[in-house]
Amino acid sequence: MTTNKQDIGSILQKQKAKWLKIAMDFDAKLPWRRLEKLGILGMNKRNGDFIAKYNSRSKYPLVDDKVQTKRLAEQAGLAVPKLYGIVKIEKDIPPLVKQLEDYGDFVIKPAHGSGGEGILVITGTSQHGFRKSSGQILSQDGLVHHISNILSGMYSLGGLPDVALVEQRVRFDPVFADISYQGVPDIRTIVLKGVPVMSMLRLPTHESDGKANLHQGAIGVGIDLKTGKTLGGVMHEQFITQHPDTGFSITDVQIPNWDLILDLTAQCYDLVGLGYIGVDIILDQHHGPLMLEMNARPGLSIQIANQCGLLTRLNQIETMTELPKDVAQRIALAKTLQGETSYSLNG
Amino acid sequence: MKDLHVKFLALALLLFAFSLMFYKANTLGLPLFPSEEVEVWSVEARVAFQPKEGPVKIRFALPNQPEGFVIADENYVSGKYGLAFETADDNKIAEWAVRRASGEQVLYYQLHLARDDNQISSLKPNITSQHGQDVYFPDVPGYSEATATIVEALLSEVRQKSADIKTFTRELLLRFNADEPDENVQVLLSNIKTDKARVDMLRAVLAGARIPSRIAHVLLLRDGLRHGKLEPWLQVHDGGQWLSFDPGNGVSKLPENVLIWKVGDQPLLEMRGGKQAELDFSISRHTQEPIYLAEQRARKLDSHVMEFSLYSLPIETQNVYRILLMVPLGAFLIVLLRNIIGIKTFGTFMPILIALAFRETELIWGIVLFSLIVALGLAIRFYLEYLQLLLVPRLAAVLIIVIILMTMMTIFSHKLGFSHGLSIALFPMVILAMTIERMSLIWEEKGPSEAITQGVGSLFVAAIGFLVMSNDLLNHMIFVFPELLLVFLALTLLLGRYTGYRLTELWRFRETLR
Repeated sequence: MTTNKQDIGSILQKQKAKWLKIAMDFDAKLPWRRLEKLGILGMNKRNGDFIAKYNSRSKYPLVDDKVQTKRLAEQAGLAVPKLYGIVKIEKDIPPLVKQLEDYGDFVIKPAHGSGGEGILVITGTSQHGFRKSSGQILSQDGLVHHISNILSGMYSLGGLPDVALVEQRVRFDPVFADISYQGVPDIRTIVLKGVPVMSMLRLPTHESDGKANLHQGAIGVGIDLKTGKTLGGVMHEQFITQHPDTGFSITDVQIPNWDLILDLTAQCYDLVGLGYIGVDIILDQHHGPLMLEMNARPGLSIQIANQCGLLTRLNQIETMTELPKDVAQRIALAKTLQGETSYSLNG
Repeated sequence: MKDLHVKFLALALLLFAFSLMFYKANTLGLPLFPSEEVEVWSVEARVAFQPKEGPVKIRFALPNQPEGFVIADENYVSGKYGLAFETADDNKIAEWAVRRASGEQVLYYQLHLARDDNQISSLKPNITSQHGQDVYFPDVPGYSEATATIVEALLSEVRQKSADIKTFTRELLLRFNADEPDENVQVLLSNIKTDKARVDMLRAVLAGARIPSRIAHVLLLRDGLRHGKLEPWLQVHDGGQWLSFDPGNGVSKLPENVLIWKVGDQPLLEMRGGKQAELDFSISRHTQEPIYLAEQRARKLDSHVMEFSLYSLPIETQNVYRILLMVPLGAFLIVLLRNIIGIKTFGTFMPILIALAFRETELIWGIVLFSLIVALGLAIRFYLEYLQLLLVPRLAAVLIIVIILMTMMTIFSHKLGFSHGLSIALFPMVILAMTIERMSLIWEEKGPSEAITQGVGSLFVAAIGFLVMSNDLLNHMIFVFPELLLVFLALTLLLGRYTGYRLTELWRFRETLR
């Protein structure tokens, strides 16, 4: 009798273990469990556990208003594109446009724009007006209308009246000439409490109309934080290894001045005091890395571009009780962060 | 830490809301479902008599918190008679008096009753504890010698076959009602002519066992009954409460259609200064909105909850709040659809405003008209872009064009005989203008696919919002139990700390799952 009982007991236990395993396997296959395992950061978690926690609302204007960001950066000696002028009222537009003809090339952007909206890049002047980066000619009237749209708040959050900035056009580093189509490629880095955690290179395409915005069809290319080499790219959330317009390989490209770039992103934290930001850096042919703008609500697509979850890396920094004050040490820390991408670097 | 705080807050809100709701549904009897109607019995007692010379005074015993019923309303039609009340035993007594009267006099008492099966649990304990203490244990009456032996024999026989007062009484009644009663019972019943005398005899026998009993006069409720009379029933006290027995059988459970009008020995109708008194009852049954009954019940229970109910507002205001109270539901829906599902919409609460507009046009027509106006507006907006207008004048131009479009559509649909086109005027045109402006911006900056995605998303959310907000059950529940808003508040707070993935993110990050 007792042996029988033991047999039944062990069979039951085996059955229980078997079912438990099936249940756990099933659980692990659920898409959200797998995302969790990969450490993918979702929108709700980003908003609730990072932006709400680390970004004090009172400091938002420092990054939302590009005029303030630029002034702060210039005071701190950070490399930024030179500011040519600010337009605040309609009346100032015509004299400015006259003046702009002398500059030849420049960029006009709204102080409160988001997602690259309302940015006009002029590469040169001609008899008929200004030449846009796409090669199209924009008449003087067209330029005036664009600035007036910016002032009336067309591109600002909530449609509030805005200010227009005119700044130096960045002549981007030829290193990216083969792998971008029109427009200006930039490097977006997520910085948590002054430690860069993830970077991507954004390459404009024909489809994105020269804009480095992933939603509009730009390519997001993951970057290895340690070396500054590109990993692989994503366009419209699909893997690609070549630029669709130029056909050149976008993988394994060494980004020049990588440490300088990381240094610049880390300093941005000290500049504005926001704990979770996205820093956009642009590489100028002559001036090297320039900080273009910061974003207090950086997007999540960077994870797709890097094929790696942000959360794994963010958690490593969050669990540290003390972070180094020194920028160089923070960058060293960034390079030791665990959390491999799933790209195979050889293929 | 904050998570815990939010959870406690939500829990407190949920507990408060649900207990208030439970109280209102269970104790006050507020209906959980919209179609519920309550059966109401209307009983009219008619007292007619011929007055003599001089003052007339009539005392009429009335039901007082009758078991199994709630009194919804009472009316006294008493002309020039003065009316006063007193309570005696478990009865209420109305006293009509007049100094002088001539000709046939008729007095009416109208009573509206609803079944109340909860009352036994909520009200009766109070009553029994009040009256239960002064239950009078009768002495063994002085029977005549012959009767004494019969009663004793009967009692000992019944005692053997019973366990408590309830079964004792039933056994006794079975013996009295047997087809062929045994000799003892036959002797006892030999001189009994009326039902009342029969009950009196039963009480006398029960007194032999010192069981407290009393006579109760009941009214059998039957729809359309005229000239009804009260029937004498037997009540015994089992130590906790009074149990009612139909003397014609041994059943102790009070049937649903039996109203206990009066208990005890005092007369039903006492009259001084009158003669040829006639009393009869007529009964009818109809249905009524339960809200009304709940108000009556709340008044009876001294509850102030119903005084602060939305039903105390004027009807017009009520109708406004019927719509307004659904907006939180829509807001909650937006939270679900945006933060849990991850649908993109124009603006945060714009779809809810569109959904409110759908209330007037109905769903399909609402979607058709909305799409039509937005599409036309969008085309014109692109033309305005070409004119390079300033922002505010451009917005104003779009608004004016939207109203022109709406007017034209209404006129055309009227000419063509569509009545649905007429309700278009209730669309919030500023919302329409903003939608067009926003959509055209997104169209230019993020491409047509993003604009259409958001447009369809907004319409989808609006459609779901409309279906939810026009649901009769939800409408009814929110209006009758506005504390449900606290439930939605609690759920919204909880969702406010939800940091899991959105459903659409599973799709967005699908490449990482390969």
